[in-house]
Amino acid sequence: MISSSFDYARATSLDDAIKRLGAAGGAAKLVAGGHSLVPLMKLRLSEPQALIDIARIKALSNISELDGHIEIGATAVHHAVATSKLLRRQCPGVADAAGEIGDPQVRNRGTLGGSLAHADPAADYPAVMLAVDAEIHLKGPKGWRMVRADGFFQGLFTVDLAPDEIIAGVRFAPAPVSAYAKLRQRASHYAIVGVAAALQVNDGTIQSARVGLTGAGAHAVRLSSVERALAGQPLTDAVIASAAGHAGAEVTHLNADIHASEDYRRAMIPVFTRRALEGAMRRA
Amino acid sequence: MPQISITVNGKVRKARVEPRLLLVHFLREQLLLTGTHVGCDTSQCGACTVLIDGRSAKSCTIFAVQASGSKVTTIEGLATDGALHPLQEGFWEEHGLQCGYCTPGMILSAVNLLKDTPRPTERQIREGIAGNFCRCTGYQHIVNAIQHAAKKGLPKRAKRARRTPKAAASAATGGR
Ligand SMILES: Cc1cc2nc3c(=O)[nH]c(=O)nc-3n(C[C@H](O)[C@H](O)[C@H](O)COP(=O)(O)OP(=O)(O)OC[C@H]3O[C@@H](n4cnc5c(N)ncnc54)[C@H](O)[C@@H]3O)c2cc1C
Ligand code: FES
Ligand code: FES
Repeated sequence: MISSSFDYARATSLDDAIKRLGAAGGAAKLVAGGHSLVPLMKLRLSEPQALIDIARIKALSNISELDGHIEIGATAVHHAVATSKLLRRQCPGVADAAGEIGDPQVRNRGTLGGSLAHADPAADYPAVMLAVDAEIHLKGPKGWRMVRADGFFQGLFTVDLAPDEIIAGVRFAPAPVSAYAKLRQRASHYAIVGVAAALQVNDGTIQSARVGLTGAGAHAVRLSSVERALAGQPLTDAVIASAAGHAGAEVTHLNADIHASEDYRRAMIPVFTRRALEGAMRRA
Repeated sequence: MPQISITVNGKVRKARVEPRLLLVHFLREQLLLTGTHVGCDTSQCGACTVLIDGRSAKSCTIFAVQASGSKVTTIEGLATDGALHPLQEGFWEEHGLQCGYCTPGMILSAVNLLKDTPRPTERQIREGIAGNFCRCTGYQHIVNAIQHAAKKGLPKRAKRARRTPKAAASAATGGR
């Protein structure tokens, strides 16, 4: 399958990419890993007149710890996130999720920024970004803007990102007691239901919990009732089982497709919520 | 048309190409390296897998222009001086193929796997080839073939420069 024709340019820096994107006035699209965009272009579901390649902007691919916070650049590939020693230690749930995306070839090329911008309802990163309360840092012609993951995912393939803005990276506090669990679609490995959990634990008591759900609905959401049921409780199997028991009850409009019916997804949300929480507990 | 320059199996290849030319078509139709196969053409099957800068990638899901400046290894580039690469030998010895359609992609995914995990468990092997479909073998002999190669070890090559830049740590957030 051959895409429509387009012009291609490589951006040398974030500001260069912003300038090029602005100059194209809506006719251009960014390309990073290309693992969502290129398949769409081959199907001619997307026909940009120009591509601006940001994959080789080195400064945007860093994974680092700065002032007690973790930063991941937008062009960090899934493989780099999955195998980062820093992330494995400081926020294993994020590394877990990256390591479960697609297959090795997809993880070698796909990027965090591309995944967040594309916001596939079955993508893995959105759930973990909600769980670690990530700040998403964007830059456009008017300068920097920060959006919390909570407000970023707004609908089906829809996020709080203007056409002339670029995701530069994400930033969050370490979340060592975190995990991700997903029911994956057998062929593509996209999430049918994916749950990320991050717990703040002190002396065996859950101070607070954040739980993100993906795959089930049009976009990733927090499971606030589960979070509330955990806060202030001792970190035990029984507390987890009870909190996960009704997970997703408040979520309306679940997806249904050839991979899973609405009822099946509804039934799987508590199961994978429990597994994510148990995974986090093992790291406490 | 933009000029691209890709080092394919050690040889610098320069060409003027349309940006929409896929890497797999550049390899097969312009360089006549037909060992890289097109199976699904939809990013699923892995028959088109090559190494780009040492990492496995589906060449049907990348435009050739995106790979300009990179080193690409195809199945044709694995043997050295007529001697089979340990993975090629493994597939030969362990009967790791039937029709052979998936084999080049399978072998390049296995190269990627053994670089990261030189002594993989069976489970790690199956995860390592999760992006490659085989319609014939039922995978068991492919797993055996990769185990055969793992026992032998990959040939030692000059270490590549690692791609971990030391640029400003706060580029992701503007240092705010
Ligand atoms: C076979 C296969 C299986 C997959 N399985 C999974 C899976 O299990 N789980 C999962 O989560 N994903 C999966 N994916 C998707 C994969 O993770 C993609 O890499 C990811 O969704 C997009 O990242 P990218 O870098 O490839 O983005 P691209 O395809 O390059 O871009 C996607 C979109 O984001 C925009 N964009 C890219 N970077 C930025 C940026 N920094 N700022 C603003 N906009 C930007 C582009 O303009 C484009 O519109 C799969 C993909 C394939 C092909
Ligand atoms: S032909 Fe590229 S993945 Fe199938
Ligand atoms: S040997 Fe025929 S597809 Fe694998």
